[in-house]
Amino acid sequence: MSQKTMRDAINEALHQAMEQDESVFVIGEDVAGCNGSAGDVGAVGGVFGVTTGIYHRWPDRCIDTPISESAIVGAAAGAALVGMRPVAEIMFADFIGVCMDQIVNQMAKFRYMFGGKSRCPAVIRFSAGGGFSAAGQHSQAMYQIMTSFPGLKVVVPSNAYDAKGLLLSAIADDDPVLFFEPKILYQEACEVPDEHYTIPFGEANFVREGDDVTVVAFGQMVPKAAAAIDELAEEGISCDLIDPRTTSPLDENAILESVEATGRLVVVDEAPPRCGLTADIAGLAADKAFASLKGPIKQVCAPHSPTPFSPELEAAYLPDGNKIKAAIKATLA
Amino acid sequence: MSIPTETLSNAYRSMKTIREFEERVNAEIMNGQIPGFTHLYTGQEANAVGVCAHLDADDTIISTHRGHGHCIAKGAEVDGMMKELFGSSEGLCKGKGGSMHVADIDRGILGANGIVAGGPPISVGSALAAKIRKNGKVAVSFSGDGSVNQGTCFEAMNMAVVLQVPAVFVIENNYYSEHTNISYAVGCDDLKARTEAFGFPVFVADGADFFAVYEAAGKAIEHARAGNGPAGVFAEQGRYHGHFVGDPQHYRGEGELDDLRENHDCLKNFRARMAETGELDAATLDAIDAEVMAEIEQAVTAAKAAARPTAGQVTEDVYINYGAGA
Repeated sequence: MSQKTMRDAINEALHQAMEQDESVFVIGEDVAGCNGSAGDVGAVGGVFGVTTGIYHRWPDRCIDTPISESAIVGAAAGAALVGMRPVAEIMFADFIGVCMDQIVNQMAKFRYMFGGKSRCPAVIRFSAGGGFSAAGQHSQAMYQIMTSFPGLKVVVPSNAYDAKGLLLSAIADDDPVLFFEPKILYQEACEVPDEHYTIPFGEANFVREGDDVTVVAFGQMVPKAAAAIDELAEEGISCDLIDPRTTSPLDENAILESVEATGRLVVVDEAPPRCGLTADIAGLAADKAFASLKGPIKQVCAPHSPTPFSPELEAAYLPDGNKIKAAIKATLA
Repeated sequence: MSIPTETLSNAYRSMKTIREFEERVNAEIMNGQIPGFTHLYTGQEANAVGVCAHLDADDTIISTHRGHGHCIAKGAEVDGMMKELFGSSEGLCKGKGGSMHVADIDRGILGANGIVAGGPPISVGSALAAKIRKNGKVAVSFSGDGSVNQGTCFEAMNMAVVLQVPAVFVIENNYYSEHTNISYAVGCDDLKARTEAFGFPVFVADGADFFAVYEAAGKAIEHARAGNGPAGVFAEQGRYHGHFVGDPQHYRGEGELDDLRENHDCLKNFRARMAETGELDAATLDAIDAEVMAEIEQAVTAAKAAARPTAGQVTEDVYINYGAGA
């Protein structure tokens, strides 16, 4: 056990999965790096360094590709159909725009369309989310969209410990898994065991426990919500903070039981509001816990706008602690 | 080139099975017995059979929306396919996929595919798996003249060259991407040269001639299997039916379909060749015809009597295990 960043925790999970199972391989743009150049092949390990060191240990299972996202996802899907366990990296979740077909029409639907006679144990990793002034094409969450497609499992870790355990579960899973890494959290560290461990899908984490308000948050919003809740505790307001960790499957019971106990619900996500996770969770509570609600559900999310570039604009765009605190207080008003 | 007699009779049986399967499916659609969108392969049988004759069960193919022929050629059971087209829960895919998604993973059939050029990237993945495992297998993707203009096809071809994987790209030119002629939709004059420009050899064949396809595919598959990276087959042969069943085919020239059926027929060509060489006599081929007709008739009878799916099956097979959150 030691302090590890989310990036190092994910890297450790990849190394351990590669060690355990020779059907595991990584594939993506620059997952080795420097191929065909004067540089040391393997020196890059992905644009965020998440696959560092894999090429040097397993050159045959660290597959550098051209910038061809459809072919990367397709190659992962095809290799998985014949029994491999690929872990593909799509550099930014926004690039789903150029490989959507291979994800939603191909890998997500094989098992169903083939009458349950196939398995596609592929993992696609993405860096996701805002906070880097990366503007409209390198900042989107995207997991909320992908959650709507049956056949996919969708994972959004909010800390290094969860990231490692969830990724090892994802690689061992026999269904296709999309794994969204909030890139603003890559450098955030916490205690992470050195050994191999897994965290099951569909089991939410109660990050805080309280009586007055249920707060559900995703990805990089989890630490922001935790900080906001800790500040409100000093004002005598106590909240449950639920991190679902996987949006598909979703731990509905954890959310509903908390709402039934508190009667108040705030849902926080960094994506825009329409057809997103905040509306999804609000709909769940309205449908299945309406009688317990003491007032309107509050949604804290980005506005219906692309992600802006300028730091001032992005700070105004993304949900923050003040917006979360205001929403929690509004449910108590 | 000497081809074993058993290979010849299997090839003829397979082509005849595809022909009669498709013609019967066309009739049953017209009778209102088969629902959905269906695209028939009739006329192009030699392409699928000439390629698949070189493959074993562990080699993979991935097909297209016009996929019945590829699946039969690779060994899918006619009975299960017919039941699938009829929408029965006894179908090869339990009635979940239908015509455009027939698949049989155990036989190396990674599926027909309703997305034009959806298959080539997936086939590169199967080829990559073969390379990593060093097992000598090849992965074949069938594409039409329409799919070669999709970006996914370009990506897959380039990636296959970069990764030097045993992928074989079979391009079937039936002259029409849906209702648009290749002379309009492919911007260059020489599709073979454009494909070879990706960096792999492409072997050309007359798609009405099983022997030509067999020879071209043999070279391409041998190239890939030997570890020399990807290869291609380019086969030209028109389809006898429309893009889909019910297509009025306004794009056809006068007499075009008659010419196709009269002068570009792989079954007639095969029989003519056998008459020349004497490798299979007419009685043997007639006996195969009779067996095929009986098999198709039996498959249709079985499909009409087969169990229908029930509402409870809608949500089966979405996931292997959705865990506590289901």
